[in-house]
Amino acid sequence: MSSLSERPPDPVVGRAVPHESARLHVTGHALYTDDLTPRTKDVLHAWPVQAPHAHARVLELRTGPALAVPGVVRVLTAADVPGVNDAGVKGDEPLFPQEVCFYGHAVCWVLGATQEAARRGAAAVEVDYEPLPSLVTLAEAVAADSFQGAQPTVERGDVRSALAGAARTFSGQTELAGQEHFYLETHASLASVEDDGRIFVQSSTQHPSETQEIVAHVLGLRSHEVTVQCLRMGGGFGGKEMQPHGYAAIAALGARLTGRPVRLRLNRTQDLTMTGKRHGFHADWRVGFDEEGRLQALEATLTSDGGWSLDLSEPVLARALCHVENNYWIPHVRVTGRIARTHKTSQTAFRGFGGPQGMLVIEDILGRCAPLLGIEPHELRRRNFYADGQSTPYGQVITQAGRVRAAWEQVSTEGELDRRRAEVARFNAEHEHVKRAVAVTPVKFGISFNLTAFNQGGALVHVYKDGSVLINHGGTEMGQGLHTKMLQVAATTLGVPPAAVRLAPTRTDKVPNTSATAASSSADLNGAAVKDACEQIRGRLAQVAAQRLGVPAPDVRFRDGVVGGLGTTETLPWDDLVHSAYFARVQLFAAGYYRTEGLHWDSRVMRGSPFKYFAHGVAATEVEVDGFTGAYRTRRVDIVHDVGDSLSPLVDVGQIEGAYVQGAGWLTLEDLRWDEGDGEHRGRLLTQSASTYKLPSFSEMPPVFHVKLLEHASEEGAVYGSKAVGEPPLMLALSVREALRQACAAFGPEGTSVDLASPATPEAVFWALQEARSAHGRAGEVTAGLGARPPGPDPHAPERRPESEAALSGLSEA
Amino acid sequence: MTTTSVPAGGQPASGAAAQDGAGLTVNGAPLPLEGVTPHTTVLDWLRARGLTGAKEGCAEGECGACAVLVARPGSAAQAPPTEWVAVNACLLPVTALDGQEVITAEGLGTPGRLHPVQQELAERGGSQCGYCTPGFVCAMAAEFYRDGRHADHDDAHDDDHDDDHEHGPNGFDLHALSGNLCRCTGYRPIKDAAFALGHPDAADPLAGRRATPPPPARHTRLEADGAGFVRPASLREATALLAEHPEAVVLAGSTDLGVEVNLRGARPRLLVAVDRLPELRDLQVGADEIRIGAALTLTEVERGLAGRVPLLAELFPQFASRLIRNGATLGGNLATASPIGDAAPVLLALEATLVLSGPDGDRTVALADYFTGYRTSVRAADELIREVRVPLPLATTTAFTKVAKRRFDDISSVAVAFALDLVDGTVVRARVGLGGVAATPVRALRTEQALTGMAWGGAAVAHAAAVLGSEGTPLSDHRASDRYRRAVLEQSLLRLHAMTDGGGS
Repeated sequence: MSSLSERPPDPVVGRAVPHESARLHVTGHALYTDDLTPRTKDVLHAWPVQAPHAHARVLELRTGPALAVPGVVRVLTAADVPGVNDAGVKGDEPLFPQEVCFYGHAVCWVLGATQEAARRGAAAVEVDYEPLPSLVTLAEAVAADSFQGAQPTVERGDVRSALAGAARTFSGQTELAGQEHFYLETHASLASVEDDGRIFVQSSTQHPSETQEIVAHVLGLRSHEVTVQCLRMGGGFGGKEMQPHGYAAIAALGARLTGRPVRLRLNRTQDLTMTGKRHGFHADWRVGFDEEGRLQALEATLTSDGGWSLDLSEPVLARALCHVENNYWIPHVRVTGRIARTHKTSQTAFRGFGGPQGMLVIEDILGRCAPLLGIEPHELRRRNFYADGQSTPYGQVITQAGRVRAAWEQVSTEGELDRRRAEVARFNAEHEHVKRAVAVTPVKFGISFNLTAFNQGGALVHVYKDGSVLINHGGTEMGQGLHTKMLQVAATTLGVPPAAVRLAPTRTDKVPNTSATAASSSADLNGAAVKDACEQIRGRLAQVAAQRLGVPAPDVRFRDGVVGGLGTTETLPWDDLVHSAYFARVQLFAAGYYRTEGLHWDSRVMRGSPFKYFAHGVAATEVEVDGFTGAYRTRRVDIVHDVGDSLSPLVDVGQIEGAYVQGAGWLTLEDLRWDEGDGEHRGRLLTQSASTYKLPSFSEMPPVFHVKLLEHASEEGAVYGSKAVGEPPLMLALSVREALRQACAAFGPEGTSVDLASPATPEAVFWALQEARSAHGRAGEVTAGLGARPPGPDPHAPERRPESEAALSGLSEA
Repeated sequence: MTTTSVPAGGQPASGAAAQDGAGLTVNGAPLPLEGVTPHTTVLDWLRARGLTGAKEGCAEGECGACAVLVARPGSAAQAPPTEWVAVNACLLPVTALDGQEVITAEGLGTPGRLHPVQQELAERGGSQCGYCTPGFVCAMAAEFYRDGRHADHDDAHDDDHDDDHEHGPNGFDLHALSGNLCRCTGYRPIKDAAFALGHPDAADPLAGRRATPPPPARHTRLEADGAGFVRPASLREATALLAEHPEAVVLAGSTDLGVEVNLRGARPRLLVAVDRLPELRDLQVGADEIRIGAALTLTEVERGLAGRVPLLAELFPQFASRLIRNGATLGGNLATASPIGDAAPVLLALEATLVLSGPDGDRTVALADYFTGYRTSVRAADELIREVRVPLPLATTTAFTKVAKRRFDDISSVAVAFALDLVDGTVVRARVGLGGVAATPVRALRTEQALTGMAWGGAAVAHAAAVLGSEGTPLSDHRASDRYRRAVLEQSLLRLHAMTDGGGS
């Protein structure tokens, strides 16, 4: 088995096993970062002083009154920073700011012997602010020409001529909202000082190596003086890729200055008001079709709301541009992106990482244009699917077009879509006040970090003398089941039962220089690294076994804890073999390493083959909409999704279902609102608690929810033939938005094009169906050839290299 | 800090630390109440003791990650003496549980010996990140032990019969989990785990515990950190205390106060717990009226009435979540006088009256006259709502429309309750209660007038609906625009008509 994708007989990968920590989860024994606090002595608690302005200058900070509060130990300010006063990798995120850049920005932190003391201390700090003009909405930022970072363009062919020659052209605008991660565990760090002054930080982080680097640069230390450990996270979803660093640094700074452990845990409101979210986007677009409804050209400008600092906005935008065509062949494309700078939280990675925003644009276009073209939306989509040999607008050749078609067929057949469409039509004819619709949408999502350097992984595998196996690897566990998959990979490669393998918490002193657990690629990268390490150990053990069994080393076989050989019935128990290997002085541990081959990407011209492969899926969603209120329910969801040959089917199905529901939350329910008025709370997040920012609950779970993994889908060149699963299925939820659009249209005459706001809350749906009721058919917002041209990039703007890729050190993306 | 604790009805010894017997039984073992203030939550107290299974996800009773089980008196008619009730540990002051029995996820099972609920969740992929899981386990265990859970919905799994997908073939009511959020799974495996549960076996100690009465309320008094907590033994003692301390805050389920403490830093000087006062916990269905004790939890009222008042039966599943309804009381809901409390519009339509008890005795106030402004009422500082009275007979045609972004556990944008008497196609009497459209819950008086005496159909309904759309003074906020609120008001009557008329739907 030299091939990465080939599986041995009866492998442990592919078995549907529960999460490796499931028994700890259900009994409350699984520990998260803040659970360590009551297990640690003399802990200090950190509490922020949050500015009540969207934009202001800090004139004076008086900490004396806080120090007079009983229990307050210290107030941390910019003057305390021995290293660099910055929480990010771009130099634009001061940890202790002189300029407040969003409502709730923390200007200093109070340390107290109790949380209550720290809270009271923070309330006692006196700050003088000079309020400054602020930009709160995308429109305000665009009007003020407030942008940050690169403005890349993906371009192929001749859009102008193609649009001029198209049989039908449409133009319009699409606005889509951001999303709060709302991981159930908020940001948490617990820092302490070791005997020799080294810093140990326990952090809920998806990117321990970068957390380590930021803590080191804030404290003026080298990386080997800082260790970061992540036990597990109570959810991450991208929100803990770049955002934990500053909080870890505050805790570490406090620990260093006081000598006591410092705990920093954001409560929900602090987390909501201080940390970044999914980017909201605005798109101006113009599209051309031929007589048969085939896409000919797309011209668009995508503007994202980056918030106050650059963070991961550039790679998020790049991924949006690389997914704006989803699974559709568009010969002529010109799509430009830009990042607005606003006075809001710094928007960041969120499952899908720009992909969902890009794909929503094309699905919105198709959903709005289909009635005007007189083509059923599902037929319009299918007609435009990629074929093998075609390439994406950025130049990557399509090789698995058949997978989307196969999934589409399977969903149509097993979901009985033809029968149900007829039923829906009958139902709608009989019901004046309630309408139903079924919509089906595809997903094609590129796997790999766009930035080639991040596509590497490491592992450290120990086999102890008693035969037990301990795995360290560079990925973090946030519920996605990565550790479960790594356990299965190791058990498969070593040929031992799963019970022989354990996972160690992720630590920067075990595997260094890791990439973020992000971009869905952690099982690919770390799995291949774990496999590499296990193969090294197995190779050495095969030599020992060969001698004892009297067979050549290549003929030794490891399976379920028993070691045998070709042509012999004699076997050795794994534990015995390991024991004797130790006495034969054979190295029983190994470092594994993997780098993804075959990637290339030129970010200046946005061309190349940045992805190892694409993950695919298809979802059909049926909804019912109440015409009196706009309230709706999802009735049924059918999904077929391509995870290659699954490493762990229970985990993968769980990822698909969870991603769908999270995506549906983004598109229908979750509604971030900021105060956009001119009052004293301008810029304040209005939905800053769980009572005002609503996640999907049981009431949003589809009552009929069929999820299947695409069969015969082995992925050549990925670990044990598997594919990434974390992000791609989120975009399956676009089908619920399209179904709501179609149900609204059913309240109007045939041919009604519906412009549905995002998120499609009951109120948004109500207004959309009211519009449909008053429509006259074939004349929605999108009108042939009449819309405004999307603005191109400013020809006078200086050419800029994408800053995120200007240097390779200390960068991050997903 | 001093804590004294004697059985309810006895005399507390003031400030005598020597008599300090305050404490809880947690997972079967006694734990003393030490180092607590009146504002220390059950959650923080458990976690400080190393019981970190319960998590803080939101600190306002919205996510359920902190859910624990409490032994409470049985709520239904034939219920056993004790029920295991799941509550949000983040909202409740731990002193309110002095003398009580609590079970956490750690107490239900261990990694080597899982509880049936834990077993089903673990095996079926019901946990991903695991952070919400201990709370789900406790909420699910409460439903597992619910005495009235019967396998009476056998066809619930049929694909095309989704109307009742909220009940399992084992009688499991998914609404038991309506106050628990999971951000990872999409809920399907959790539902499957819930619907796969059997019934407790004979040796199950928590099932057995139901056969004996729950611990009595203790007469707790505590003072620490400049604040006090008192659980008076009688109504008389309670109102006397309130008269003496006008700054005192009355505590029942703490589902409102807990949010104020956690999110807005409220630190009342004195808390007076009334949720176990026997005078406030009676439920009587008489010939001319129904009397509902103000300190009964909404769950107790729901199970006690068992559908006797259809409008209330329609309300309860839409009122917050089961975890909240297990703590929140009708009295508390009306005492906060929130303009968006969902019970008020319903009780306005039912023409409910309130009995207020003060040091000088009782008085009766029509609910329509009770609210005086935003979160204010005619209730004096030394008065308690003792009882809510609903006159009988009930109206023949009733409906409750609540519009919110989410169907389970969300605050309403608009709530409308109708109670109409239709005789031979004519509206002879109409009562309409509204929430979310003014500074207080209001009666839609102009709409009631327009409806009264009119034929139930056609243009008359449309006219009355238009009048309803102009009632109140709705605002635009993050929940909904004023335009939408008005539209929903209007539509709610059209919808009621469509439903009663058999047309549409």
